Amino acid sequence: MTGTGGISIQGVRKTYVGRGREVLALDRIDLEIQPGDFVAFVGPSGCGKSTLMSMIAGILPVTEGRILHHGRPVTGINREAGYMTQRDAVLPWRTVAQNVELPLLLHNVPRAERRDRVASMLDQVGLSAFGQAYPVELSGGMRKRVALAQLLAYGPDTLLMDEPFGALDAQLKLLMQEQLLRIWTERRQTVVFVTHDLAEAVTLARRVVVFTGRPGRIKAIEAIELPPERDVFRVRFLPEFEAAYTRLWDALAPEIRQGEAAEGRAA
Amino acid sequence: MSTATSELAAVGTGRPSAVAMVEAAESRRRWLVLGLRILVGVGFLAVWQYASGRWIDALLISSPEAVGLRLWRWTLDGTLWNNLSVTLEATALGFGIGCLFGFGLGLLFGRFQLLAEVFDPYITAFYSIPKIALAPLFIVWFGIGIESKVAVSAAIVFFVIFLNTYSGVREVEPLYVHTTKIMGGGELAVLRYVIIPSAASWVITGLKVSVPYALVGTVVGEFMSSNSGIGYLIATASGLFNTASVFAGIIVLALVGACINSGLNAIETKVLRWRGPG
Repeated sequence: MTGTGGISIQGVRKTYVGRGREVLALDRIDLEIQPGDFVAFVGPSGCGKSTLMSMIAGILPVTEGRILHHGRPVTGINREAGYMTQRDAVLPWRTVAQNVELPLLLHNVPRAERRDRVASMLDQVGLSAFGQAYPVELSGGMRKRVALAQLLAYGPDTLLMDEPFGALDAQLKLLMQEQLLRIWTERRQTVVFVTHDLAEAVTLARRVVVFTGRPGRIKAIEAIELPPERDVFRVRFLPEFEAAYTRLWDALAPEIRQGEAAEGRAA
Repeated sequence: MSTATSELAAVGTGRPSAVAMVEAAESRRRWLVLGLRILVGVGFLAVWQYASGRWIDALLISSPEAVGLRLWRWTLDGTLWNNLSVTLEATALGFGIGCLFGFGLGLLFGRFQLLAEVFDPYITAFYSIPKIALAPLFIVWFGIGIESKVAVSAAIVFFVIFLNTYSGVREVEPLYVHTTKIMGGGELAVLRYVIIPSAASWVITGLKVSVPYALVGTVVGEFMSSNSGIGYLIATASGLFNTASVFAGIIVLALVGACINSGLNAIETKVLRWRGPG
């Protein structure tokens, strides 16, 4: 194994107990993610893709099986990864600069270096003028960029991103995707990216994992044959994009329809 | 750029810019409110002065003139400061001690759910006691000096701060805790960077509510048994039907309460700037 940040998911099962009965959320998940890979999880809502992400992050325990990160089993909060969710996790009582600085503080980086790294990260995401602003004073897209700068400031070799751009409008989403892809091209972190947007998955990832409806299982894994240095604005017009999108949609569509039908029956 | 644009607009139409007009209207409104407020205050004092001795016995309501004179005399002969300092000291000490214990235990119970569940019925029971009812007991325990007043204030403040801190800690967004831990934060870092700042708005609300209570605790303690303090002044004056002194004491308490409150408001605005306007 070369590089760091590899993730190995081995025979993972996850059940919840709710209202006096056990519900199976994820079943027999096996997946190897090589260091530096960019993997997207797609699937119908409720398929457990976010749950799997939370288990890699160590927020939720696995019921059966195990998850290795850096070759070591994840048993508690995974402090060796960066985590970004759809909901804002930037602390509202810290300024933009203080938020970006927080992980550096937690890693005992000396003050002068902290200042330099914060300045350069804010510059990279185009927020240099907003260091002293509070998150409440920013737009949703700017808050996402703060979260991204924070994530990159301490340079974890693994990024766990759970629908990070889900709440943004289409244009802003493209800009954020471009930024993420540029950073990934430079640093080659291992990225696990959960999304419900198939186009986003194909645009960004090198491999796309399709989950079945509940209980979630891996239905298909599609390698995306696009150059790693992609132009997020134009990649969708390439024939390879279309082919991958079509194959993935054919795998995904029956799962989504089935989920809808099940919901219809339940209602 | 915006000034240039609005000037251009003004030049183009030959009338004052919309911004200037709105600002002028807002300013007029502020002066109107201020003027009416002063008028209401002066009017009240005038009616009080006129009614005293004419409509209502001056023994009952005294008069602004007599109260003002009394305050003036108290200031000159040191009575005011000697008694006020005692009341303030007891209030501040009671407030400080109550805050310290309330905040500490609130954090502890907020973090350790088992502790909270075990102690919940006892805390509810204690909370439902009117803390003023403890004053006679505290006087027996701590004597008629400042200590018993401090104890009453502290008992009242403790519960307000404790319950607010506890709720604040329970309300912390779990996502903030998770992400801070994933970024490399331990329990202490989570406490410092997430839980305490998050609970701060609750705690400050608690502080604002409990300052008047702390004053009440002290003054009630002084009513019951003491030899100095504003409460003592009021109690002895009312025993002698000296209403001017009673009113003077009440006015001093009102001013003290208002000063402390505006101080806390200023702190709140500064500390909670991150919440944004409104």
